[in-house]
Amino acid sequence: MRSTRLFVDFGSTFTKLVAFDLEGEELLARVQVPSTVDHDITIGLEQAFALLSETVPIEESERRQTVACSSAAGGLRVVCVGLVPEYTTEAGRRAALGAGAKIVGSYSFELSKAELREIEDIAPDIVLLTGGTDGGNRKVITHNAALLARCGSGVSNVIVAGNKSAYDDVAVLLVGSGKNVIYTGNVMPEIGVLEVEAANAKIRDLFIARITEAKGIGRARSMIADVIMPTPAAVLEAAKLLADGTHGQPGLGELLLVDVGGATTDVYSVAKGTPTLQSVRCLGLPEPYAKRTVEGDLGLFHNLDTLKAIAGVEDLPDSFEEAVAAMCRENSVPRGEEQTACHLLLSKVAVRSAVNRHVGSLKSIVTPNGEVVVQRGKDLTRVHWVVGAGGPISFSVDPAEVLEGALFEDDLPTLLKPRAPEMLLDSENVLFALGLLAQSEPAVALRLMQRYVVPLCARACQTVGGRK
Amino acid sequence: MERQACIITGTVGVDAHVIGTKIISRALGEAGFKVIALGAQTPVEEFIMAAQETAADAMMISSLYGMAELDLEGFRDKCTEAGLEDILLYVGGILGVSRRDFAEDEVKFKRLGFDRVYPPETDIRAAIEDLRGDLSRKLAERP
Repeated sequence: MRSTRLFVDFGSTFTKLVAFDLEGEELLARVQVPSTVDHDITIGLEQAFALLSETVPIEESERRQTVACSSAAGGLRVVCVGLVPEYTTEAGRRAALGAGAKIVGSYSFELSKAELREIEDIAPDIVLLTGGTDGGNRKVITHNAALLARCGSGVSNVIVAGNKSAYDDVAVLLVGSGKNVIYTGNVMPEIGVLEVEAANAKIRDLFIARITEAKGIGRARSMIADVIMPTPAAVLEAAKLLADGTHGQPGLGELLLVDVGGATTDVYSVAKGTPTLQSVRCLGLPEPYAKRTVEGDLGLFHNLDTLKAIAGVEDLPDSFEEAVAAMCRENSVPRGEEQTACHLLLSKVAVRSAVNRHVGSLKSIVTPNGEVVVQRGKDLTRVHWVVGAGGPISFSVDPAEVLEGALFEDDLPTLLKPRAPEMLLDSENVLFALGLLAQSEPAVALRLMQRYVVPLCARACQTVGGRK
Repeated sequence: MERQACIITGTVGVDAHVIGTKIISRALGEAGFKVIALGAQTPVEEFIMAAQETAADAMMISSLYGMAELDLEGFRDKCTEAGLEDILLYVGGILGVSRRDFAEDEVKFKRLGFDRVYPPETDIRAAIEDLRGDLSRKLAERP
């Protein structure tokens, strides 16, 4: 008997619908239609259901069970307000990124009135307020709470994740402000300790409870089971499952996953990232085991200019400009040889720049006792798996070539990118769906992943082998 | 009765050179200060926790092995997060690479947020005089 389960991703460009048979553990179909979030999200959803039912018969009950994630309407937009930029502000940013948010502003120290107006204009879905270790600084977080309380309708949801000793004062300031205020554990309870999980969970809860309504995604609720998380969070869930396994089923181990999209390039590492070289000292905030970074300026369709600038003038095909312009106009998959070549080059540049920013780096410092090497961020040189995801990689003519941008480069030896990994590909572009399925049926999701996340062929292996 | 000012001492990081900080602690005690001596090889976090617990007025940090700059990166910022924004921070010893100009070290550590920076072989009595001056100035500034 077949047991069909459906998953939707409401993206900024496309609404994707995926059907799995959980009994046979196979992908039945995947369709996508242009998103219609601007007027009525359900139109696109209906179209997707109609398209899918041409190949897969779906029953009303199965439709109603559909679970979704969303990055539509600008994604989950979060402003982080902290104390010191490198400490509680950064800790807040990491919590938000891990929850799948798009960070639309970061502020440190005591907010000025001008900054407050800026935040109102940004009108984020959530303001994440941090500052001070537990028992530490309370002046700044209370000052900022007082200002936020006076803020107009631009700010409606505030999550407080700072010095718990200041919460009573903060609550007095925010009560009666008409804002929905949620208190959770400190993202940096002690100096040198990062605890993002609690804030992370609150951000996701709030997303389900309130944000989806405001984004026009709530309408979809009447047709399906629920919209349970932002899309990047679903991909991070998938990456964690693929790396760590579940209930006695082993995962692959530490991995790096790159997801190139139309608007952003997301990089996920599920890895401790501790130094692999001897006598290296780590500086900076501790790194989360499952870490996401996102490059908002590295989307393939919406940020072509940035990519072009990074790509530089060398090794560009003659007709590059023209081909890029054509791709921009058509906003679709590349056509013809020239466009394909451009697409390949740009995807690789996006992967390369995004991974360069995600991984840690080394710096050597001379001391009286000799040279000391200092590491900031994660050392991913020994990570064994690099996974490619997202349309521009999955459906590329040469995914291995694109993913090569994620590999260690001899002329950039201080960037701690994977040295000799094996490459995998989300061949059917279904990782988001498997991340959603993982919430209820992790074991099945993992087996499906092992089936549809496939090794990349000989060319990559040769290239990697050559670098060993 | 006037409150006895509380001073935290110790060597930071994995520096095991303990004699300097012992001399400092003893001199501070004899000069009438309350001293919390953390001794050798004290992690930055421990300095901060000890200062929070004791509501300390100042820290006198020693370092002789040339890695103070790494050990103390962001130290003032950490103190700020920990609610120690008013604490006086002193550092002394062999702070930089050997043969480097002390003036350079001084600039660097002041930029890191230290109130006073001392070269090797400083007379502790001079530093204690500085401390008294800085403390009474702080007291006068308080509302």
